[in-house]
Amino acid sequence: MILGIDTSNSPLAIALVKDATVLIEETQNLKINHSLTAMPAVEELMKKAKIAPGDLTQIVVAEGPGSYTGVRIGLTIAKTLAWSLKIPLVSVSSLKVLAANGQGFDGLVCPVMDARRGTAFTALYEGEHLETVIPDQHSDFKAFLEQVRTYGRPVLFTGVDLEIHRSLIEEMLGELAHFAQFQNRLPRASHLIALAANEEAKEVHHTVPEYRRITEAEANLSKTNEGKSQ
Amino acid sequence: MNEDIYVLGIETSCDETAASVVKNGTEIVSNVVASQIESHKRFGGVVPEIASRHHVEQITIVIEEALQQADLAPAELSAVAVTEGPGLVGALLVGVNAAKAFAFAHSLPLVGVHHIAGHIYANRLEQEMEFPLLSLVISGGHTELILMKEHGDFTVIGETRDDAAGEAYDKVARTLNLPYPGGPHIDRLAHESTEAVDFPRVWLEEGSYDFSFSGLKSSVLNYMHNMKQRGEAPVPEAVAAGFQNSVVEVVTAKTLRAAREFGVKQVIAAGGVAANKGLRTSLAETFEEEKIPFFIPPLPLCTDNAAMIAAAGTVMYEKGLTGDMTMNGRPGMPLSSWI
Repeated sequence: MILGIDTSNSPLAIALVKDATVLIEETQNLKINHSLTAMPAVEELMKKAKIAPGDLTQIVVAEGPGSYTGVRIGLTIAKTLAWSLKIPLVSVSSLKVLAANGQGFDGLVCPVMDARRGTAFTALYEGEHLETVIPDQHSDFKAFLEQVRTYGRPVLFTGVDLEIHRSLIEEMLGELAHFAQFQNRLPRASHLIALAANEEAKEVHHTVPEYRRITEAEANLSKTNEGKSQ
Repeated sequence: MNEDIYVLGIETSCDETAASVVKNGTEIVSNVVASQIESHKRFGGVVPEIASRHHVEQITIVIEEALQQADLAPAELSAVAVTEGPGLVGALLVGVNAAKAFAFAHSLPLVGVHHIAGHIYANRLEQEMEFPLLSLVISGGHTELILMKEHGDFTVIGETRDDAAGEAYDKVARTLNLPYPGGPHIDRLAHESTEAVDFPRVWLEEGSYDFSFSGLKSSVLNYMHNMKQRGEAPVPEAVAAGFQNSVVEVVTAKTLRAAREFGVKQVIAAGGVAANKGLRTSLAETFEEEKIPFFIPPLPLCTDNAAMIAAAGTVMYEKGLTGDMTMNGRPGMPLSSWI
């Protein structure tokens, strides 16, 4: 019995999968604080499925990038459950989970999470098997799209706040740009669990969020230090 | 025969990731603290996002170590207690969500503890509390006088109106170019000094038990500035001694006056600044003369730790004050009584 959790952005996605069958799955896009809702949702889902914590055999979590706090809540819950129940923990890129919405697309898939000031957490995956074309990163989104354009292939964009960047994407990619339908823009915990099948279990204590961005304080400090050394 | 109560405590409200097991609310079985001070030093203070990042790296390691040292399995615990607030929100969330997941995984009751109640109950790990009791909580985030008539009954009779004492220490330390955290350095310099610059005492209005440290801090900054303009070099030891004298005199006097007015049987001090030698000595001497028992926990129990959270959480658990999976970190949580 595998429990999957993704709290890396405003949506909340959890699922229970057994023997490659989805038992129950929940996807919320209510923009409610995950710290408040994630554990109650897990508790309720397991109660509905009549699953006890001791029945779990694996935990799968979306490792980021995304909202720092959101990613940490998912990781903290997943690590604590896996460690204390002595079961394996597998983590999967939160961008890859989003990209799974476009699996099978004949071209490239680009998951987008807005990160303000014209930047985004993004990546580029091959549509068929989701092989990485451009790895997960935090980038100036316009510069990233310039790189995407060089492939000259159709690109399917997905993500919950895609509309923020629609006009820029259309301007940069023209007819190569495709937009996922609304029902394919949220992360699904069943996708998360499916992707985990290709990943190795991690050492629980040392599994940490993949923020893909250093903190502002560290960035400012290195700027100051560079200034000093010049 | 009553069975022993073992409570796992978890604390992540600021820059320490801590877990502990306490027996019957009074006896430390294990007490693990992973400090982040080294990591925040280069910034001259705690950076909330970095604190949160460290907490998620350390949390399961620290809890595991606390259980291993206690030689207990999760099933042998009676409850899980966690700091619910106040504190840095991102930091609190790591502890709260770990505690919720742990309690859920092992069907344990969950108790949300106020950080200051924890600091007060650190004393119960040393000797039983006797009421009425006056508690001076003094740290980087708090400066409060709290009166307790019984377990879980908290009345704040005085608090700082601006900076916490520890905050003032850190700011003054920075102007003296002392490394972070500055409190221990000021304490040390003050002890090395035979002279002290005369800084004002801030008493506020007659009869008030409130504190104010920002005016004192400004006096120190002005003094440093004036010296510099006159081309004179201030003596750091004398500045440190002058500042510390002012803090110690006001804090001691207000604590004494409150202890007399409320006829308390015990005075206890808690929080990081309670580790300050100048303050400890002054309070100990004053209450010895006054013949009121005065206690101060050993240093590791003054600074943030999880044993204090488990100690307070045990009393709350015994009173049936448990929470559920909807518990959230509460950065501005008020200290309310348990009765």
